[in-house]
Amino acid sequence: MLKRDRWRLILVAAVVVAGLFAVFPIQGRVRLGLDLKGGAHIVLLAKETAESPLTDDSIDRLIAVLRNRVDQYGVAEPVIQRQGKDRVILDLPGIQDPEAALELIGRTALLEFKEVLQSTAAVPPAPNRPNYASDEDFLAAQSRWQKAKDEVDAVAQELKARVASTPGVSVGRDKDGRAYLLGKTYVVGKDLKDAKTGFDSLSRPMVSLKFSPDGTRLFDEATAGNIGRQIAIVLDGEIISAPVVQERISGGEAQITGRFTVDEANRLAIMLRAGALPVPVEVAENRTVGPTLGSDSIRAGLRAGFIGAILVLIFMLVYYRFLGIAADMALSVAILLVFAGLITFRSTLTLPGIAGIVLTIGMAVDGNILIYERMKEELRSGKTQLAALDAGFRKALTTILDSNLTTLIAAAILFYFGSGPIRGFAVTLSIGIISSVFCNVLVTRVILQFLLDFNRKKALGSN
Amino acid sequence: MKLLHDKRFEFMAFRRVAIGISIAMIFASFFLIAFKGLNLGIDYTGGTLLQVEFPAAASVQEVREALAAVGQEQAVIQAYSERGMIIRLKAGEETIGQQARDALRQKFGEIQVLRLEKVGPVVGKELTRGALVALVLALVGILLYVSVRFQFRFAAVSVAALAHDAIIVTGAFALTGREISLTYIAAILTVVGYSINDTIVVLDRVRENWGKMRQLGIEKLLDDSVNQTLSRTINTSLTTLLPVLALFLFGGPVLADFSFALLVGLIIGTYSSVFIACALLCEWYKKSPR
Repeated sequence: MLKRDRWRLILVAAVVVAGLFAVFPIQGRVRLGLDLKGGAHIVLLAKETAESPLTDDSIDRLIAVLRNRVDQYGVAEPVIQRQGKDRVILDLPGIQDPEAALELIGRTALLEFKEVLQSTAAVPPAPNRPNYASDEDFLAAQSRWQKAKDEVDAVAQELKARVASTPGVSVGRDKDGRAYLLGKTYVVGKDLKDAKTGFDSLSRPMVSLKFSPDGTRLFDEATAGNIGRQIAIVLDGEIISAPVVQERISGGEAQITGRFTVDEANRLAIMLRAGALPVPVEVAENRTVGPTLGSDSIRAGLRAGFIGAILVLIFMLVYYRFLGIAADMALSVAILLVFAGLITFRSTLTLPGIAGIVLTIGMAVDGNILIYERMKEELRSGKTQLAALDAGFRKALTTILDSNLTTLIAAAILFYFGSGPIRGFAVTLSIGIISSVFCNVLVTRVILQFLLDFNRKKALGSN
Repeated sequence: MKLLHDKRFEFMAFRRVAIGISIAMIFASFFLIAFKGLNLGIDYTGGTLLQVEFPAAASVQEVREALAAVGQEQAVIQAYSERGMIIRLKAGEETIGQQARDALRQKFGEIQVLRLEKVGPVVGKELTRGALVALVLALVGILLYVSVRFQFRFAAVSVAALAHDAIIVTGAFALTGREISLTYIAAILTVVGYSINDTIVVLDRVRENWGKMRQLGIEKLLDDSVNQTLSRTINTSLTTLLPVLALFLFGGPVLADFSFALLVGLIIGTYSSVFIACALLCEWYKKSPR
């Protein structure tokens, strides 16, 4: 063994041992993307309004509020980060109900207690055909309903007209279609100290509020001045309820009962505790994968990879016999190194990333094939085994480097422009390319040299 | 397969036929893309995607009826197993995903939502642009690299071969009506990466043999180079095809379109290294040697 060969052997042995240490035991070491472990990936777009301009500060406060809400909702290891000027990305692993998650984070949740200057009647529910005996009855009911609705709408229009002429008032509607003319704001969500869910005397879900000292004082004044009249509880411009004040409330506590479910009450309480978003947001993107699909994907990907790898191993063994053993060993090392790379660089494995690994399995032996075909050519031209081995590796090296570097260019561009899962694919593809070149050039050579030394006669002659 | 060593194929004799076939395929692809159209996914158009599993076997027709209740009778519904379906909703209200889910729950009972994707129109536009920029940059990067390492002519024919591959794979998507999603662009770039790999190996041998131009002539030189690398070309395309085929057959519904693109791309990419890159090089050299 030459000195150079010995160094090569030591290097390969060191890398393989390091790879083994990095990979085993593999449970829990590979970071899985949201598409594999399940979870929600949400991109929010902050929208500028007249009263809340977009500044670095407002985005920072937005992120703080979002983090607060997500933490209180009980998401493990959320990732919340800013992207560009006006976007916030949230990665929430393990979210089961994406719509509920959106309800929680996408609402501004600006709570206001407002003076009620005037209100209309409610719009009755629209008639339903199955409740009526004949078509005529139904049509009559429908026209009655339409008339009632028109009346309310007309008053609402009137109220809106008054908003234009009177400063400081606004119009809001509730779920029943009642329109309210709202006056000044007494207390806002900022003046709250705490919000909890509970049940009222009719065991309907409710949210009980506790005001801060300032809020207590303001609420005390508001109730004192409105006994016998309504106060509207407004959330994001929609009126949740407008209870009549029975008595002055100076204890700094209040309840909101609307028509919500337990979940809705829960979310409202979280939002009120975490505070309102400093700027309104819009959902630009939402990708949620349930945990079952994620584990199914992993299983399917692993099975495909396993079958693919077995087929390639068999092909190399059948076609190249003795040399195939070295190629198969090199391929095994390459797969080991891909996982070691993923773990060491803390990259996230995504579903397309699994596809990248499967593809790597096929492309990894390309280097071996290039080297072996060269060696055969050199042997045919009359060189000895050892000389053919040397020339085969030397001549194939530039080809391997050129062809893999160009592929790496494509992977790098994919990484730079891709997002989420696509990035994961570019990463595994790149790690795959680098480790397979290492295995083609060094690992195969060391194994072959070792086998040649071990049994010179059998070596290349058998093929 | 050992016979390959002794056989010698005169590929360049077919170069005009091959170029003709490829031009026909490219035109067919453009025709399909223009008239049949691409099935653009929500990543590009914006919209909502639901992947659901029903408690019992359900038919596409039943699902469509249920969705009609929320104004989504136009939704694209694709069954990938007896109980599993991927539903792409047309753009609608903010909460259309939830409405559709509730409508399905009402009819089929406890359905399971495996995946929900919602993409706003702003993001869709950005993703489309990003995808095109990525593809163009990849081609330019490869053009530069090959120009530096080989010569400009080699780079130009390789990039022509790559564009050929990308167009035909896209044509295959238009033909089969498969969805163009975010992963599609990854698949195309992978095909580009594989195809350039394959082309470089052949061109590398051409470069090595370039000195023998005087005695051989361009046609024979290219034929020799292709033949010398032929067993490698066949073996590598087989070893790459095997795992991709496994991925296509066993990789699950989420990756099906992705592996389909790879499958078509690998076959076209292998073909184009010999019949497009080398054939174009041959024609070009004959027109203007130097």
